[in-house]
Amino acid sequence: MTLFSRIAGVAVAATLTLGTAAVQADEQHFPMQSYRVGPYAAGGTGFFGGFIDYLNLINTRDGGVNGVKLTWSEGETQYEVEKGVEVYERLKGNPGIAAWNPLSVGIAYAMIDRITQDKAPLITINHGRTDTTDGRVFPYVFPLLLNPYSETSGIVNYVAAKEGGLDKLKGKKIVVLYHGSPYGKETIPIYQLLAEKYGFTLSQIEVPHPGNEQQAQWLQIRRERPDYVVLRGWGVMNPVALKTAQKTGFPASKIIGNVWSNSEEDVIPAADAAVGYTAITTQASGAKYPVVQEIVKTVYDAGKGNLDDKKRIGSVYHNLGIVNGILNVEAVRIAQKKFGNRTLTGDEVRWGFEHLQLDPARVEALGAKDLFHSINVTWKNHEGDGYVTFQQWDGAKWNVVSDWIAPDWALLRPIIEKSSEAYAAEKGLQLRTGEDAQAASN
Amino acid sequence: MAAQTISLPDSRFPLRTLLWPALALAAAYILVPAFATTYLLEAILLPFLALSLAAVGLNLLTGYCGQLSLGSAAFMAVGAYAAYNLNLRISGLPLPLSLVLAGVTTAAVGTVFGLPSLRLRGFYLAVSTLAAQFFVQWVLTKFGWFSNNNPSGVISAPRLIVAGFSFDSATGRYLFSLTTVTLLTLFVWRLVEGSAGRNMIAVRDNETAARVIGVPVLRTKLLAFAVSSFIIGVAGALWAFTYLRTVEPAGFNLDRSFQILFIIIIGGLATVRGAFIGAAFIVVFPLVLARTGAFLFGGVFDSGVLDMSQRIILGVLIILFLILEPKGLSELINRLATRSNRQRA
Repeated sequence: MTLFSRIAGVAVAATLTLGTAAVQADEQHFPMQSYRVGPYAAGGTGFFGGFIDYLNLINTRDGGVNGVKLTWSEGETQYEVEKGVEVYERLKGNPGIAAWNPLSVGIAYAMIDRITQDKAPLITINHGRTDTTDGRVFPYVFPLLLNPYSETSGIVNYVAAKEGGLDKLKGKKIVVLYHGSPYGKETIPIYQLLAEKYGFTLSQIEVPHPGNEQQAQWLQIRRERPDYVVLRGWGVMNPVALKTAQKTGFPASKIIGNVWSNSEEDVIPAADAAVGYTAITTQASGAKYPVVQEIVKTVYDAGKGNLDDKKRIGSVYHNLGIVNGILNVEAVRIAQKKFGNRTLTGDEVRWGFEHLQLDPARVEALGAKDLFHSINVTWKNHEGDGYVTFQQWDGAKWNVVSDWIAPDWALLRPIIEKSSEAYAAEKGLQLRTGEDAQAASN
Repeated sequence: MAAQTISLPDSRFPLRTLLWPALALAAAYILVPAFATTYLLEAILLPFLALSLAAVGLNLLTGYCGQLSLGSAAFMAVGAYAAYNLNLRISGLPLPLSLVLAGVTTAAVGTVFGLPSLRLRGFYLAVSTLAAQFFVQWVLTKFGWFSNNNPSGVISAPRLIVAGFSFDSATGRYLFSLTTVTLLTLFVWRLVEGSAGRNMIAVRDNETAARVIGVPVLRTKLLAFAVSSFIIGVAGALWAFTYLRTVEPAGFNLDRSFQILFIIIIGGLATVRGAFIGAAFIVVFPLVLARTGAFLFGGVFDSGVLDMSQRIILGVLIILFLILEPKGLSELINRLATRSNRQRA
């Protein structure tokens, strides 16, 4: 036997084994464009850690979803768009892809054309391009729970509740301090709109990326003497904002953080400057929720946990990852009810996401009562009307300080539709109908 | 840069110099579309082509004319946004024409930022081109008009249609890129082989001497800035339209400028070929490193280690090339070829 024929023999054998393995087991795959190094590693490790922990829980506790094992693979993006694209192209060959979850606005934008062509759902939980909420134009993109416009409306509603009603906003002054990036700028027109509608004075100030120097911005804030400052930050910008606010004498209790300024990693580096700071969230933090407890018991106690630092279990990003896991897995489960308990195609999982309706009772059954409120996705509404709550940092942990608050979806929908229809016109797309949404290709 | 003797190249096309590029082109046009997977096209060849073209442009300015620029990414951004806006606002403008006009726009911007080069040299010029880098990014973020008032400042690429043919598939975008890159590279090659190229080399090697022998220094420098920016601008449009299919100002940051500079240092200054070799290296090296690392060390070689080792290796390589072989990989390949030829003879 020559060397060549031996190598060829091994190769053939390997192909055969791989081939049979793929035929035998029903698996649903989650490719992950994660980021565990670079400036946003704290968010990446927490989120993807929580996501993987939940998939692990489902595999270990239930043996998968109705017998279909969940698998995943990771590729490092460092939150950079072109690395995200490379990872997408590398991982998209995996069989049985359920959905993509890049957790990066930039990468998500670059993927919209690609996933639409490849017919695989793209999940941008709590972020993403707002007008992808319109399922008529973006069949495969899901900004689940909270798009940036709803977040803005939720924050303004919370301020109104604190002041005693929406009519009390008149004459108040709000400053929005935003990250100088696509993500940061996304809400500028919505704050303007709400300011006009409710009659509060508004000033929006940009902090250039990465935001580790904010002296000028906070001096301006001091001059303007606002009633509230909304912090629309990301990464290192957040603790720096809190510390600079303390230095310029602006009270932390008057600062309200948005959904990417709401984690432990944002407040702990600011130490006492963060005490009293409040931030919006869709998922409460803490490890007391049954599903988090089960992850501790089933996954971490067996040494299979994904977080290196067990103290981060139940932190904001970790819980967001878990909620993201719940939503992805439930979408697969719902799609299985229609298409059968087997490996589903991306388009079938898309159908599942478009019927992802979890009422508070179902959320409780999943062990996530009070972790998040509910979700109600339809083929038209890809956000799913997520509720928000507010948490205040006491120096050691986050405490929930509000009820579940509903953003003003009816107000936002026409703006979203205007934007998505403009996109459809620019791209020459036809609006999808309910019948198109029902059909799912194999 | 050390003074070098100016070799006067033969401006006719000798068969030997044309042989290899012609073979490579034939392979690129025939074999690649026939056999390449979409991963190879989308994740390797498309960024490779766009970066190569940008490096060809920068090499003209830095390698041939000796003007160090750190503003390449800014010029790419100008090209991308110009092409987007031309395409959006002038209906019926054919795609190739909007690419050319985007290049012209970039050339105009580049020439303006090239003006300080008439007074500044070396390190100081590098700092003044750095201003272009920050200024352009700021303008594009600050004024919504450039991104069609899209609130997030991110624009999505238009469909690629030339004379009724759609180039939207991976192969289509590859062929579109390849054709653009080939044409512009031919143009640059002709330019540097001719008198303009000799003038640039003269300015690079000794500006005073060049002035004395009658080289129009001012014109040569501005020409280098204009042509180089034109090419980098088109490269930016290719990067945005054929590769990422989305554009945001942050994607064209200082890191990208450095990346292009590293490409020409590693590939070889003042060679057209070097831009392609360097770009291939920069695109493929991290991927190869990640795969080999994961294969050899398994889980220990996680993304943190990968990132570190990538930086270390790249840094060491750049230092080594600058000290030992300023002409880069291109020269190494040359020497290997000469040696094997000699052995054969």
